[in-house]
Amino acid sequence: MTSNRLSKIFLNIYGILFIAYLLVPLAVMGGAAFNDSKFPSILPWKGFTLHWFVDLFQDSEMMGAIVNTLWVAAAVVLLAVPIGTAAAVLLNSLAGRSRTILYAVMIAPVLTPGAVIGISTLLFWFKFHVPAGLHLSILGQTSFIASYVMLMVLARLQSFDGALEEAALDLGASHGQMLRRILLPHLYPAIFTSAVLAFFQSVENFNTTQFTRGAQTTLTVYFGSKGRSGITPTINALAVILIGITLLGAVAFEVKRRRDAARMQAPLA
Amino acid sequence: MAALIRRYGTGLTGIIIALTTFWLIVLVILPYFDLFESSFRPYLPAADVGGPKDVYSLSNYITIFQNPAEFNIGLFGFTFPISVAIHMWVFVLTILFSVLTTLTSLVLCYPLAYYMAKVIDPKRLSTFLLLLVVPMWVSELLRAFAWFILLAFKGPLTIVLQNLGIITDPIHWTWGLGGFSGVIVTLVYVYILFMLFPIYNSMTSLDTNQLEAAQDLGAKSWQTHWRVVVPHCKPGIASGCVTVFMLAVGSLLVPTLLSSPSSRWFTEVIYSRMFDENDWNGGAAYAFILLFVCTIFVSLTMRLFKVGLADIAK
Repeated sequence: MTSNRLSKIFLNIYGILFIAYLLVPLAVMGGAAFNDSKFPSILPWKGFTLHWFVDLFQDSEMMGAIVNTLWVAAAVVLLAVPIGTAAAVLLNSLAGRSRTILYAVMIAPVLTPGAVIGISTLLFWFKFHVPAGLHLSILGQTSFIASYVMLMVLARLQSFDGALEEAALDLGASHGQMLRRILLPHLYPAIFTSAVLAFFQSVENFNTTQFTRGAQTTLTVYFGSKGRSGITPTINALAVILIGITLLGAVAFEVKRRRDAARMQAPLA
Repeated sequence: MAALIRRYGTGLTGIIIALTTFWLIVLVILPYFDLFESSFRPYLPAADVGGPKDVYSLSNYITIFQNPAEFNIGLFGFTFPISVAIHMWVFVLTILFSVLTTLTSLVLCYPLAYYMAKVIDPKRLSTFLLLLVVPMWVSELLRAFAWFILLAFKGPLTIVLQNLGIITDPIHWTWGLGGFSGVIVTLVYVYILFMLFPIYNSMTSLDTNQLEAAQDLGAKSWQTHWRVVVPHCKPGIASGCVTVFMLAVGSLLVPTLLSSPSSRWFTEVIYSRMFDENDWNGGAAYAFILLFVCTIFVSLTMRLFKVGLADIAK
């Protein structure tokens, strides 16, 4: 019993240390956005400043990269979500060996390094005289992001009762009506989550984009290829803004979850 | 197929099959095949493509064995000089250090996953999960950049340790482990949650009664873990290991930011072959080698843990 208690104390400490390990580097990076030092660092502290935020909005190259990033992400969502959903529905209607093989092919892009996807996309389209550029980045990213969408929609389909579709058809619904009124409403949570995930996956993609982008840049590529020399704390300023948005989203989600949980318990009290 | 048409009608079925086919054929299979095919062809000026010089050969692959150079391996205080082809050396080190990254993440995550699944006060779990998830939404670039700042020469880590009196002279944090310490530390940090969540998920489905039964029957704590918890979590562990290894071995951003003067990652070699030397077919050959390694790693893991593809892809 005492050894159990001891290990519990150790694990509690370990849990706290782990959270600190995850958060302290991000805090240091955020803090550096306010440091009046040319090199991004929190120490030595050279005084509080906000001018990295001003520089951020004056950096036209970076603003261009942000716009590109958003376009690419939107296009990837528009392609990957319908593709992944269709693939999940198709896979779900199969059984046996054909299902196993098709599943393996659909999973392959997830198990492929992003650089390899980027290079194969670049080489393939070059054969048809399609030059490198963000349009190829969109296709490359879609090829593996569609796999994630497929997996999430497929998981949701497991809890779907196919008899509902049959019933709708028997009662005279058209195939289109059945899709709109029965199948898709059941899948919406998974479709929505996978769209958000696809968007973020696209925004933070580096490997595939780096090999297919040609001379165009996205945000991640812009900072990644600046390498270590040209970095100024403007990237920290951007990080602070992004982390701020993330925190707001996460807190809003948590508050809503707790309120829902409280509402569920209220009638009992 | 007939079932699909009966259910969704010809029009919808057509769309479903068209979308899937476009994805799998045009975006996946044909480009992969093209990568494979190009990797055996020489890099030629546009005028010579398809001409008499455009023949299949292994020359793009053989370069990995060429250009030997002297390297020193330090082991237990001794230094051994060896002569290896440069690209081969980079390739072997990339795999070794990716395995090290994977094992480090596993060792760090296992106790935490156990803590979250079986020990933590359930009331605190949601807050704990929230604190874990926030860094996950911060992009990989920014997480890597955070360590670029921390580990900088004369950076925050050095200054803090100096003020605590632990070190006196500034340290090149990224120069350890043959020049890979910064890369490894950052890879672990950036990808650790991809190890944690699969293990945690598989552990939540473990019945706590089984742990108590093992204890009542006299198992020591390590025996309970080795004989009960670990076997139950195999799919999660396998999934985490595959994901972390693949992300580490294929990472380009982290090595670019955190390498030392003496270290290169295999993806950096591929990149420079493609865009510095403009040898796309050579790059294709190396990309194919990378893909091959990943395939081997996935199948070895599946065999070792006796799990299927569906367990890994969760």
